[in-house]
Amino acid sequence: MNPREYDIEPVDLSWCPGCGNFQILSALKEALAELEIPPQDVVLISGIGQAAKTPHFMKGHIIQGLHGRALPVATGVKAANPELTVLAIGGDGDMYGEGGNHLLHTIRRNPDLTNLVHNNMVYGLTKGQASPTSPVGLKTPIQVEGVFSEPLNPVALAISQGASFVARTFSANTELTKEVIKAAILHKGYALVDIFQPCVSFNKVNTYKWFRENTIVMEDSPEKLRDRKRAMELALSGPPFPLGILYRDDSGRPCFEDRLQAYRRSKVPLWKRTPDLAGIAAYIETLREGELKGGRES
Amino acid sequence: MANELSIVLCGAAGQGVQTVEVLLVKALGSSGYHVFSTKESMSRVRGGNNSTEIRISEVHREAFVDRIDLLVPINGGIRKNIWKRLDRSTLVLGDREELKEEFEGREIRFIDVPFLGIAREAGGPVTANSVAAAVMCALFGIDFTILETLLKERFAKTPEILEKNLLSAEKGYERGGILLEKGEFGLKLPKPDPRWSPLLVDGHKAVSLGALAGGCNFVTAYPMSPGSGVLAFMAQNASRFEIVVEQVEDEISAVNMVLGAWSAGGRGMATTSGGGFALMEEGISLSGVTEIPLVIHLGQRPGPATGMATRTEQADLELALYAGHGEFPRVLLTPGNAAEAFELSRLAFDWADRFQVPVFILTDEYLLDSIFELESLEVEKADFSHHFVEAEPGYARYRVTENGVSPRGIFRHGNGLVRIDSHEHDEKGHIEEDFEVRERMQKKRMSKLRLLEEAALPPTVKGKPGARTRVFCWGSTGPIVAEALERLGNEEVCLVHLKQVYPLHNSIQSLVDEAHRIIVVEGNSTGQLARLIRLYTGRNAEHRLLNFRGHQFSVEEVSEGLRKILEGGEGK
Ligand SMILES: Cc1ncc(C[n+]2csc(CCOP(=O)(O)OP(=O)(O)O)c2C)c(N)n1
Ligand code: SF4
Ligand SMILES: [Mg+2]
Repeated sequence: MNPREYDIEPVDLSWCPGCGNFQILSALKEALAELEIPPQDVVLISGIGQAAKTPHFMKGHIIQGLHGRALPVATGVKAANPELTVLAIGGDGDMYGEGGNHLLHTIRRNPDLTNLVHNNMVYGLTKGQASPTSPVGLKTPIQVEGVFSEPLNPVALAISQGASFVARTFSANTELTKEVIKAAILHKGYALVDIFQPCVSFNKVNTYKWFRENTIVMEDSPEKLRDRKRAMELALSGPPFPLGILYRDDSGRPCFEDRLQAYRRSKVPLWKRTPDLAGIAAYIETLREGELKGGRES
Repeated sequence: MANELSIVLCGAAGQGVQTVEVLLVKALGSSGYHVFSTKESMSRVRGGNNSTEIRISEVHREAFVDRIDLLVPINGGIRKNIWKRLDRSTLVLGDREELKEEFEGREIRFIDVPFLGIAREAGGPVTANSVAAAVMCALFGIDFTILETLLKERFAKTPEILEKNLLSAEKGYERGGILLEKGEFGLKLPKPDPRWSPLLVDGHKAVSLGALAGGCNFVTAYPMSPGSGVLAFMAQNASRFEIVVEQVEDEISAVNMVLGAWSAGGRGMATTSGGGFALMEEGISLSGVTEIPLVIHLGQRPGPATGMATRTEQADLELALYAGHGEFPRVLLTPGNAAEAFELSRLAFDWADRFQVPVFILTDEYLLDSIFELESLEVEKADFSHHFVEAEPGYARYRVTENGVSPRGIFRHGNGLVRIDSHEHDEKGHIEEDFEVRERMQKKRMSKLRLLEEAALPPTVKGKPGARTRVFCWGSTGPIVAEALERLGNEEVCLVHLKQVYPLHNSIQSLVDEAHRIIVVEGNSTGQLARLIRLYTGRNAEHRLLNFRGHQFSVEEVSEGLRKILEGGEGK
């Protein structure tokens, strides 16, 4: 498939020129195209922020919902129709700040969806406040003396919590980003892809140059990716920060939808079903205690 | 008047009082009595003292009364709210060994039945509850085989425990027979009707089954009393009905997950109480602007904040009415009993789907924890249809239509793309800041309110249509006011019960205009329904009868309150 099939017209791309988000958008389109997944099969779900606008800039079904809430919406979509390819897309504030609790519990639940986090270490949309991943010392109009809270380490967090796929990439490395996104989509289960993304307007510390100088692409192999201890070491190391897939559980661990009773007998998505009114009526009749008079079989 | 008895069981939490209650209600219901039961309990897992009232009658009853004809305290430590309700006509069946001196020196008829002693000799002391249940079964002329069947069901998984309980039940049943023969019991029993064979349905089941009949196939919740009974029922029946049930990390997740499910063609509901509902507000607003259907069951309990976790109140009408920022249409359904809880929960799904709005089902702890008898619940009559469409290429999710409802596509049904957005958007779901588009879309969404007004359910009016004093109430207070009015027997007074408080049915205006005097009875401290009526009809209720103690009104309290108001002279 040609990635252009994901282009949408007319589109008013409201990002700043030079923003890393453009690179992520094209890597995402290329990844989907190379996997031959047509826009009709994809649901792009986001919260609010610059990153969260991504779904508006390409073809696919979309829900742009509330700041921080993309993951539960995405889980609901996937659980209602497991046939869909579901991506939850947002920024570091969206996914790690406002939506932090959902992140923890989505990892536990392990629905088969891909979570892209455009990590620019700042709040872009609201004009430059610190985010959960901002480096100590970053000065902003709010953190006037510089950030003093420790930055959150999303990849270490996800690995420690048992996420089944954890990767980190850098937007400017579009080839790596595309390959990682493809692997994340192919992975059955929750996949976190943390993407270093320069914000040219508000983050003057973590620039293209800074990311290039402070990252290193890791060699991997299926065996290495299975090694959780190695993954944790990589996640905790840096600078330079390791890029690539850090951890992948390929043991075939069941995902959220696999465990739902709704799909035990039939895999048909919920929208194709109608309620079993006869079954409900039969159940209701069991609440008629009058049968007891005859001495009901127990 | 019909013969009837009010039986109250009380005892500590975790001591099996609930087992006795369930056994007894089922046994009575299956023996041709008309039954109703309701309970109140303390917010603790063990100890304390909880009580259950079981009314048996020759006619249908569905309201809490203060009167206690027969009190069966399983443990000591009877609480003030029970003592207050005892008088000379009350008979107490209790075990002196257990109750010690609690009844000494009181002018209350007391029959000592050694529940514990009998149990000790038969199946062991832990089976004292089965003894109590068996004694009562004998007194009410319930066939032993019924009790036996129920015990077998209750202890199906633990044959040894069943054995012990059966031994104790036999002895208890014998003892009850002796009491009956001696004539000490002396309570006039209602006459059972051998043809009466009701369904026994509590509020939790009624809401759950109604939702299922409405096609609900996706349930989320973060546990919070009293909303979690529905979660428990759905979870325990998830494989039977093949539905998705998930206990989520918080109520914010609950509402957002349900919205995701609806978008993909599922039919979801979140169940909660006031605190959780408050956390869902932003998600409710999201439903408003995205026009994703939404159903929330809000089981009310007293607030603010944690309030009284296991108690009841009707103080979240305005919370539900104004929940969520911005303006958007919504529906508030307020069932009064199990039949309405079933019917309205079913309807909630149809309306949410048809009008693409959030629909709230407001119940409360009292309604949810009460067991109602019902002749039937019509399921098959409820025709079912999905209201989504196949999305064609070029599909516009928010197409402006005459009535405001845009045909709702769902993901991957048809070739069109379904683009849903929380900003103001144009017809295709693109973010839009054009002022004219904003106005057009806001008008489009709000125009659905007219459709909702047309669909609104009329209130239930009981009594002479010419009666000029009108008593308004909503939700679970309805049946209590109905029985209170029946007692008053004043033909000048009629009942107006609202099972939908928003939008109001258009008949409310004339019901209000024709009344000389309006009395509003509701379970909160400020008169929220009275305020709503004033807002929409301009009429200020002349009188309000309010209760916000954490326990539902009794029939006596309402009839007494109304009598005083009526004697106080004319209103308007
Ligand atoms: C409940 C709520 N709180 C706050 C906001 C305002 N807000 C929108 S986006 C955002 C942060 C954006 O940062 P991030 O998620 O990192 O995205 P970026 O713009 O950097 O891509 C904030 C605070 C909001 N929309 N909703
Ligand atoms: S503000 Fe930053 S993140 Fe947002 S578009 Fe501009 S450069 Fe990109
Ligand atoms: Mg950011």
